[in-house]
Amino acid sequence: MLNPILQVQNVSLSFGGVNALKDISFSAEHKSILAIIGPNGAGKSSLLNVINGVYKPQQGKVIFKDKSWDQVVPFEAARSGIARTFQNIALFKGMSVLENILTGRSLKMRSGLLSSAFYIGPCKREEVAHREAVEHIIDFLQIQHIRKTPVGRLPYGLQKRVELARALAAEPDLLLLDEPMAGMNVEEKEDMSRFVLDVNEEYGTSVILIEHDMGVVMDISDKIVVLDYGKKIGEGTPVQIKNNQKVIDAYLGVTD
Amino acid sequence: MVTTTDATFPKLIARNAKLHPGKVAIRHKDLGIWQSWNWQEVEIEIRYLACGLARHGLKRDMNLAIVGNNRPRLYWSMAAAQSLGAIPVPIYQDAVADEIEYVLNNAEISHAIVEDQEQVDKLLEILPKTSALKHIYYDDTRGLKNYRESVLIEYNDLRAIGEDYDSKNKTFFDDEINKNKSSDNSIILYTSGTTGKPKGVCLSHSAWISAATADIKFDQLSDSDSILSYLPMAWVGDHLFSYAQAIVAGFTVNCPESSDTVMADLREIGPTYYFAPPRIFEDLLTQVMIRMEDASHLKKQLFEYSLKIGKNFGADIMDGKPVSISNRLLYGSCNLIFFRPLLNVLGLSRVRVAYTAGAAIGPDLFEFYRSIGINLKQLYGQTETVAHVCKQADGDIKNDSVGKPMKGVNIKVDGNGEILVKSPSMLAEYYKNPTATDEALTSDGFFKTGDAGFIDANGHLKIIDRSKDIGRLNDGTMFAPQFLENKLKFFPYIKEAVCFGDKKDTVCAFINIDLEAVGNWAEKKGLAYAGYIELTAKAEIYDLISECIMNVNSELEKEPELANSRISRFLVLHKELDADDEELTRSRKVRRAFVAKKYAPLIEALFSGAKECSITTEVKFEDGRSGTISANVLIKDSQ
Repeated sequence: MLNPILQVQNVSLSFGGVNALKDISFSAEHKSILAIIGPNGAGKSSLLNVINGVYKPQQGKVIFKDKSWDQVVPFEAARSGIARTFQNIALFKGMSVLENILTGRSLKMRSGLLSSAFYIGPCKREEVAHREAVEHIIDFLQIQHIRKTPVGRLPYGLQKRVELARALAAEPDLLLLDEPMAGMNVEEKEDMSRFVLDVNEEYGTSVILIEHDMGVVMDISDKIVVLDYGKKIGEGTPVQIKNNQKVIDAYLGVTD
Repeated sequence: MVTTTDATFPKLIARNAKLHPGKVAIRHKDLGIWQSWNWQEVEIEIRYLACGLARHGLKRDMNLAIVGNNRPRLYWSMAAAQSLGAIPVPIYQDAVADEIEYVLNNAEISHAIVEDQEQVDKLLEILPKTSALKHIYYDDTRGLKNYRESVLIEYNDLRAIGEDYDSKNKTFFDDEINKNKSSDNSIILYTSGTTGKPKGVCLSHSAWISAATADIKFDQLSDSDSILSYLPMAWVGDHLFSYAQAIVAGFTVNCPESSDTVMADLREIGPTYYFAPPRIFEDLLTQVMIRMEDASHLKKQLFEYSLKIGKNFGADIMDGKPVSISNRLLYGSCNLIFFRPLLNVLGLSRVRVAYTAGAAIGPDLFEFYRSIGINLKQLYGQTETVAHVCKQADGDIKNDSVGKPMKGVNIKVDGNGEILVKSPSMLAEYYKNPTATDEALTSDGFFKTGDAGFIDANGHLKIIDRSKDIGRLNDGTMFAPQFLENKLKFFPYIKEAVCFGDKKDTVCAFINIDLEAVGNWAEKKGLAYAGYIELTAKAEIYDLISECIMNVNSELEKEPELANSRISRFLVLHKELDADDEELTRSRKVRRAFVAKKYAPLIEALFSGAKECSITTEVKFEDGRSGTISANVLIKDSQ
């Protein structure tokens, strides 16, 4: 039995007097899909930001692939195999879909400035290999028809898909998705869920996602972590979470 | 050497491999690159595939189901089955599980080759309900890694089994091919059918090969032509053009990357031979019109001027009719600065011959393409006649006729105005359905097409409508619904129309707006709307459609026989008619009786003079789930 791919241990994070996260611990297994849910302002995005090194927690640590870190910067997290998408799409609007996805390969590019400038030898071979990897992702996410379209001209749902494609281009071991289905219609959500499941099955990528649509969360996750006001109030399988009184109270309110 | 009397498709492929081994037979865009296979490689692929299928128990006279988008491997599957004397049964790739289930059971399918996970899922869903299905082969492995069902086998594994079998039984494949006769069934095509359950049309090798040979001669097609194959493989048109003609003539078939990339792929390939139902030509024109609306004032004026010049002289110049030098020069300059660049954008600049069929094409639409220099012609036929009855010859085009009968095809019109056809390229029978076969054929062997029409003084066939759809208004005026609908559908804003009027005092119409065109128009006008339903209920949209109907009504004045069948009232439907909801056939023809029944309250409201009517309808989503939508549909009188 492998250790969990990611362990979050007693993480606390505060901004001035505001406690965003209070003593959070949970773990994500290899090749699993874990969902983080909770009302607005519960600290979900902050938690993702701690995991990939954007925020530095005041207490606690994150153990990724058996390597503990409490001092990590985002590019190191990326290099060690964590990729993410953002709640507000963060793509290069003026660049084509293909170019955007290629940027996801940047950590894997080795050619120096000189050989790149003259496009010679190993650089050319490298470029072809990267392009092939990107084409496989384009094929996988079925976005062939917009390969050359500037991202800014695409509808929201497709931009989300391109962002997922860019994250996949880094061939991550752990994929962090921040509200991948926000603002989508039913059909787009179904497509996106399918893609997340396919990524998980096909590449064996572990996924941690934040999502508000309970239907989606219950359908695709192996495990759910529930946050409320920065505290973990529940953790378990979809069935366990559905029957957890604390979670029901947090979502539906309690009568005093 | 293959003579025409014993020709079968596998033998013709072997001939092509011998005559032009290195010539490209088929291309497919994969991972962004056009991959190609020459005839020699194609023959080997088919050989291994056939051997693999034989190893898995596919035998003579058994049926092989094929489901998916146009892919080289699926075309090879057809030839592989035929090599063994088995019969390929292509199924529409967008058919829902129920429809596929019917075909699988009817044709007792034991082996199926499908494109991807989507089709695999559908077949696995059907699996418990069919006793015969034992093997499902899939081409695209995406998402199928963790499927454990024992019936599933990857295409590559099947090919490997075949390669191994072939290396140990060198003569097996050639022996099997030599057992085939040209009178054998080569394929069963299920007709989508505007009424009732689909029927399997059995067609022989010789039916296809004689039709294809005649077509090739008619349009001087050669092995240097190329075609984009993007229409459903289960449709007679695709089988005639992309399979029968391609193999007989030896030209190149190009399979698009996906159904969404067809327009881009068309530009990259630049086919010389093009085939599309009127719907596609309509969509293309709609796109052009939408883009022109966004163009600058100067460009718009240039566009309109060029179209006028094109309309006046384009078709005549193409048909070799006398046109003065100055007008030729004028057309030439419009061609240079406008038509050629437009055709280039559409990917049609190399097209030598283009055909449309499957439904009547609006005369204005037809003239538009001819005026910009595409040699667009109409052909007429149905699945039962391998789409080989009439064709328009170069230089002898009339936009309201479908041309003269092809050589060897006999046509007559019976007392009710129904067109009857007899030719060497006809169905052998409906599969396991002698009653239907008897009903479809006259005692002297003519096929009843179900279309009403007549042969004009020049020997051209003119189609009016489906004979069962033609009705009379209460005052005795002839009511030909499709005739009206086709006129309506020429407007870019109208995607689909259904007219009612048989045994009524007036004619009323359902309109489906074209979301892209109307949405664009609404955006220009600054109309806010949240979705399709809301858009359809806007008063401005009703005014827009009303204008279109007014135009159609005034055009009707020109047809004395139909002048009284003007459209008096209409409504804009709150949902798009959809094949998944059984409102359209898979080839996108309106199933009139079904629509009339489903929307009976709306029809009643139309004829009762009501101002609006609320209705709740059930809709099916692509994944087979269903839901309901309800709306309050407005009704408007038209001028």
